[in-house]
Amino acid sequence: MDEPIATSAIWTVIILLGLGTWLIRFSFLGMIGSRQMPEWALRHLRYVPVAIMPGIVAPLVAWPAATGGTLEPVRLIAVIVALLVGAYLRSTLGSIIAGLAVLYSLLAIVY
Amino acid sequence: MSRTASPFWQGAQNGLPFTLMIVPFGLLFGVVATEAGLNLFQTMSMTVLVIAGAAQFSAIAVLADHGPVLVAVATGLAVNLRMAMYSAALVPYLGAAPLWKRALIAYGLVDQSYAAAIQKYENTPEMTISDRLGYFGGFFCTLSPFWYGSTLVGALIGSAIPPEYALDFALPITFVALVAPAMRSLPHIAAAFVSVVVSLLLASLPYNLWLMVAGLAAMMTGAALEKWMKQNG
Repeated sequence: MDEPIATSAIWTVIILLGLGTWLIRFSFLGMIGSRQMPEWALRHLRYVPVAIMPGIVAPLVAWPAATGGTLEPVRLIAVIVALLVGAYLRSTLGSIIAGLAVLYSLLAIVY
Repeated sequence: MSRTASPFWQGAQNGLPFTLMIVPFGLLFGVVATEAGLNLFQTMSMTVLVIAGAAQFSAIAVLADHGPVLVAVATGLAVNLRMAMYSAALVPYLGAAPLWKRALIAYGLVDQSYAAAIQKYENTPEMTISDRLGYFGGFFCTLSPFWYGSTLVGALIGSAIPPEYALDFALPITFVALVAPAMRSLPHIAAAFVSVVVSLLLASLPYNLWLMVAGLAAMMTGAALEKWMKQNG
């Protein structure tokens, strides 16, 4: 390894990133408080979970790090099963159990 | 024995399956931070103060690469920008809470706690504000010790879980499980679809910016379709 990272650099990053992240999280919750938000804003915010989570997941499914970045059928099938079971049963726990069960049984069969 | 559990305990119970999912992530962070040259106290300070895995990994990667400090901070913050949307989305449910309680909620506002809480709040409109705070608190109090603890173990033993266990995939399944029950209307499904397509198309954008673009495009899709369906349905 070349020269180590300076202690001051490490602490600066820890403190600024910690503070900045908290400010991002606090932002709207802190500033708006109990004031009424306009209807158009509420209409957009209703879609935050379905707008963000699939966007996080899609690249992880399409290019999984563990397979060196190539699409792999076992992981794809596991995610699809988790999605369908979760949507059908309206259950997060059911979705997790189904997804992991499919992932591990297929991995055991295939490899 | 038909006594219903308090919101805090409901949250605590609902947090349990997610503990399993964050452990590999925390272990890996402990390992990566230690290998990059952070000592135990620095690694734990970062994991406790920042408490956002993906941003911590990104910032450490810049530092390990001897990139400038401000670039490391900006990269981590860009990864966390999505949390501003979580913060806004919680306002209608938690905005009336006292400021110091909102400040505490902000500390615990991670992907899992946000998605689990918003699902619970939407499905249970009769919850009072203290019920909602209790649920969030219970969920976070279950989850956080596993995050801190797994980082500590990773930093101490210095080896991550081998890839054969496919635990890398616990995270995607967690996130799918958190939104699958919300796929209840055409605008929700359309928004999720746009999010997937845009994030794949723009995946080469730096600093996780593709996620912000995908998220905004998906929110606009959902909101526009909802409005259109109301006017034409």
